[in-house]
Amino acid sequence: MSLYASRRSANSTATTLCWVAAVFGLAWLFLILIALLYEGLRGLSPAVFTQMTPPPGSDGGLLNAIFGSLIMTVIGVAIGTPLGMLAGTYMAEYGRYSKLTTVVRFINDILLSAPSIVVGLFVYTMLVHPMGHFSAISGAVALALLVIPVVVRTTEDMLLLVPGSMREAASALGAPRAHVVSRVAYRAAKAGLITGVLLAIARVSGETAPLLFTALNNQFWSTDLAAPMASLPVVIFQFALSPYKDWQQLAWTGALLITVAVLALSIAARTLSAGRRKSK
Amino acid sequence: MNAAVQAPKEPPTKVSVSGLDFYYGADRSLKNISMPLHTNKVTAFIGPSGCGKSTLLRVLNRMYDLYPGQRAEGEVLLDGENILDPAIDLNALRARVGMIFQKPTPFPMSIYENIAFGIRLYEKLPRADLDARVEAALRGAALWDEVKDKLHASGLGLSGGQQQRLCIARSVAVQPEVILFDEPCSALDPISTAKVEELIDELTNRYTIAIVTHNMQQAVRVSDYTAFMYLGELIEFGETDDVFNKPKEKRTLDYITGRFG
Repeated sequence: MSLYASRRSANSTATTLCWVAAVFGLAWLFLILIALLYEGLRGLSPAVFTQMTPPPGSDGGLLNAIFGSLIMTVIGVAIGTPLGMLAGTYMAEYGRYSKLTTVVRFINDILLSAPSIVVGLFVYTMLVHPMGHFSAISGAVALALLVIPVVVRTTEDMLLLVPGSMREAASALGAPRAHVVSRVAYRAAKAGLITGVLLAIARVSGETAPLLFTALNNQFWSTDLAAPMASLPVVIFQFALSPYKDWQQLAWTGALLITVAVLALSIAARTLSAGRRKSK
Repeated sequence: MNAAVQAPKEPPTKVSVSGLDFYYGADRSLKNISMPLHTNKVTAFIGPSGCGKSTLLRVLNRMYDLYPGQRAEGEVLLDGENILDPAIDLNALRARVGMIFQKPTPFPMSIYENIAFGIRLYEKLPRADLDARVEAALRGAALWDEVKDKLHASGLGLSGGQQQRLCIARSVAVQPEVILFDEPCSALDPISTAKVEELIDELTNRYTIAIVTHNMQQAVRVSDYTAFMYLGELIEFGETDDVFNKPKEKRTLDYITGRFG
């Protein structure tokens, strides 16, 4: 009986520790959210979405930065997603047993955890320096390099979750390999694949370092991909460090916008994968 | 077909296996198998787990080709053509030799699309013709009355037995000549099993069928011929009545009377 009693107390101790750890972790998250809401909401006004980043001391908004973030993220994801999907598809479907897949997976894992500032410097050396100036397109390329490993990883993982029996059944009908992959395996893994892309977007939409070295910043409205372009993270970085109260306020509001966007993406990704589990 | 050249009473042969060896890497898991599948007859493969009956089935449509390190040696003639020939078109072969798996494998799409998937691989049909083909396939699998009002609902929402009949309908829809069943009822309840067995019985009018089963009563019920396998060898092949009532081999007798396996 004493053995049973000691197990019980060990169990409750461990459970308590788990609770404490979970609360400790979540507390910071909520504190951050509360601080963001408190500081950010004060500066939230229509002007944020309609006016450009101002010089210190005058009114303005974040329109050029929001637009820049959107356009560079969209281009980055548009470049990175197909490449990542193709690589992940090769690894899971065609080269599952090949040596190349092992090597690519290893390298991809390194890329996945590579500091984003290194990616920024790399693109700076490869694109910005030869072009002679900062540009939105090099910013998008830097983001694409961050999207690729995330998409490769989720694509491979999600396709590996598709039961082999599904592929066998499609093959048994005489379907060629490409058909089996595109009509059956992709379909079975659809929610997971979309989740992967959403997570990749969430990952890159808050990135600052790779954009500092590539797209830099722009005080003005610009849609020129060959010219420097503003983005929310870089504007936050610049404004938050400035001594001007109005700039700091805009930085808080920008941070709130990014956080809400990333949170929404994550929730969408969660909902999708939960829906997938339910439909099984 | 070529019944004239066959021995009397012996029905024509659709598939002829001779001297077949199969290797998983270095392991030889089928040893010198020779046997026929007779046209429009049901042949049951029985034997204890690991005896190679599923492996043999997976040779008949070269399903093993999806995986590295597996190979077959010998000869398997489908209407006189050696399907082990590396030059053979695998997709064309699998269109002629369909397969039903142990666990139902509906694709994650609607009931209609599940059937249309196979048809679309080979034919480009106007919508009305496609609808007719889908209906015919579902009727053929005795599933039409149960699903006609929800053709566009997901195939995954059907019961296990319905899913298995959906898979049979899907296979039949591409108009194969041979259908391979790999323990098609082992995941089904008795009522669903009875329906699938009934279906196999009807299909035999038009198709040559091979079925792997662990259920001896099922073998007796559905098959015309039975092959008993043990440790990768074909121990006995003959008409089902003979194999079960007067087996020539002691090992066959021991297995069918439940003394081992």
